[in-house]
Amino acid sequence: MGIVFNKGGIFTTVQDYGRMGYQNLGFHVCGVMDRHAYWAANLLVDNTDREAVIEFTISGPTLYFTSDTVICITGGDFDPKINGEAVPMYAAIKVQKGDELEMGFCKSGTWGYVAFAGGLDVPQVMGSRSTDIKCRLGGLEGRQIKDGDEIHFLSSVKTLPLMGQRRIERPDYGGDVVELRVTMGPQDDHFTEKGIRTFLESEYTVTSQCDRMGYRLEGDVIEHNELGADIISDGIAKGAIQVPSSGQPIIMMSDRQTLGGYTKIANVISVDLSKIAQCKYPQKVRFTKVSVEEAQRIYMMERERFRLLNERFIKRSFIHRLFNHWKN
Amino acid sequence: MSIEYPRILPTGDRALTVEFGNEIDEHINARLMGLINHLSDERIKGIEEFVPSFRAVLIHYNPAILTYSAMEKILKKALEVPIRENSHRKRIVKIPVCYDKQYGPDIEDVAKHAGISVEEVIKIHTATPYLVYMLGFQPGFPYLGGLDERIHTPRLETPRIKLEAGSVGIGGGQTGLYPMESPGGWRIIGVTPVRCYNPEKDKPIPYMAGDHIKFESITKEEFDELRRLDLSGGYEFEVTE
Repeated sequence: MGIVFNKGGIFTTVQDYGRMGYQNLGFHVCGVMDRHAYWAANLLVDNTDREAVIEFTISGPTLYFTSDTVICITGGDFDPKINGEAVPMYAAIKVQKGDELEMGFCKSGTWGYVAFAGGLDVPQVMGSRSTDIKCRLGGLEGRQIKDGDEIHFLSSVKTLPLMGQRRIERPDYGGDVVELRVTMGPQDDHFTEKGIRTFLESEYTVTSQCDRMGYRLEGDVIEHNELGADIISDGIAKGAIQVPSSGQPIIMMSDRQTLGGYTKIANVISVDLSKIAQCKYPQKVRFTKVSVEEAQRIYMMERERFRLLNERFIKRSFIHRLFNHWKN
Repeated sequence: MSIEYPRILPTGDRALTVEFGNEIDEHINARLMGLINHLSDERIKGIEEFVPSFRAVLIHYNPAILTYSAMEKILKKALEVPIRENSHRKRIVKIPVCYDKQYGPDIEDVAKHAGISVEEVIKIHTATPYLVYMLGFQPGFPYLGGLDERIHTPRLETPRIKLEAGSVGIGGGQTGLYPMESPGGWRIIGVTPVRCYNPEKDKPIPYMAGDHIKFESITKEEFDELRRLDLSGGYEFEVTE
């Protein structure tokens, strides 16, 4: 009634939206790195937008299905194959008991996802199924998935209405230089005018020091003013761009610590967090300043797009079900 | 450059920071906890989470429900009314600690550094409740204020690779406890037998920012007894309000 991991992959975990509401106690939020890919995968298999998925990187897992279900693969391209045949991403796929889904090496992007219709049966810990590796919490026993692990499905779904239409375009994660829109602050007053200009006008390279906690970038030194690089520790939002005294930016991601003592020059807007998540060495990025109001408008547009997509499937599914009901 | 506090700073498109000052001070912390209490009581739809720290609070909100300017309005209004400091909700959580050498390998060094006896170190360390300014570094790790200057002790030159969960220590002018097993450079003076990190419980951490922690000295026998009680799920922290 689920999946067996014939191969666990390099670093595969169960993740969902994140463990919200406990940052005041020092719990990391965790959750998926690429929320856009996560939403898309769940949406296409009729899941709620908080359902748990598996996330993998570098070299993905191989899954053996012990029952029928519908899945969707999104995020980075890991060359997915079912029983040796290439299968599409960003599309709902029916799988049968005995099928084997094999993920290869990552061809583009960084993080890949598989969602399963009905969701994964791992216990919720403090309201979330996300794996917190550092605290050994959530997911599968709080650890990464290894060869031979088994996870059951929460419910048995053999097919979904309108299977042929359950596909969307793979998003464009950006070209040679990925543009990351940012809102300035909260500590942009700790930088010289020149430092701010450097930050906004030069290109930065994503280094190999990137993990679920944060992405280190490298480029022209961002100059602090006399207030310096250290602050009295305060809360860190996802996408915060910390600049320690080295002048090299670090973008804080899903497993970030809740508090930190470095200046935060700006924050990547939530819609662009998926773009940076899918970057890897030696991708170039550039920061563009937008107002908070603008960032929130962009977020609302994205949300509306997903709502409409969701409605399309739900409405059509409803009509379809009704039709089948009458037919029978 | 003079800055007027409190001030509101954008922190991305779904959070903002309210700063109450630029120093570690009980009154500043009490004012921001006052704001959190006030906004929590109001139950404003769209406010998702508060992350208090020494002198600032990070407020996460849902931009689909509240825009930045709506948040600004709410906060300005909340900040206009004289903020009640958090003191009216003083909550003291008692934490039993065994200061025996077996559990506190550095307590003799602390005593030596202070030029007093181990008994006096224990007496001083357990004398007053400490304010929990914030939790971080690891779940449940409390940043405590108010350690008596007499027992301030520099951190270890080389941090230990593994500290037992519940280790209580002194690092410079601070005291605190490691709720989870972890590396750490503080001088360890004791261990609490009861879990201060338990994700299975409704309240995974028994205290929060704005509370006070009071350490109470226990014997080795009491340590064993309380550990058994805690592991069987029967231990309740003693809290005075």
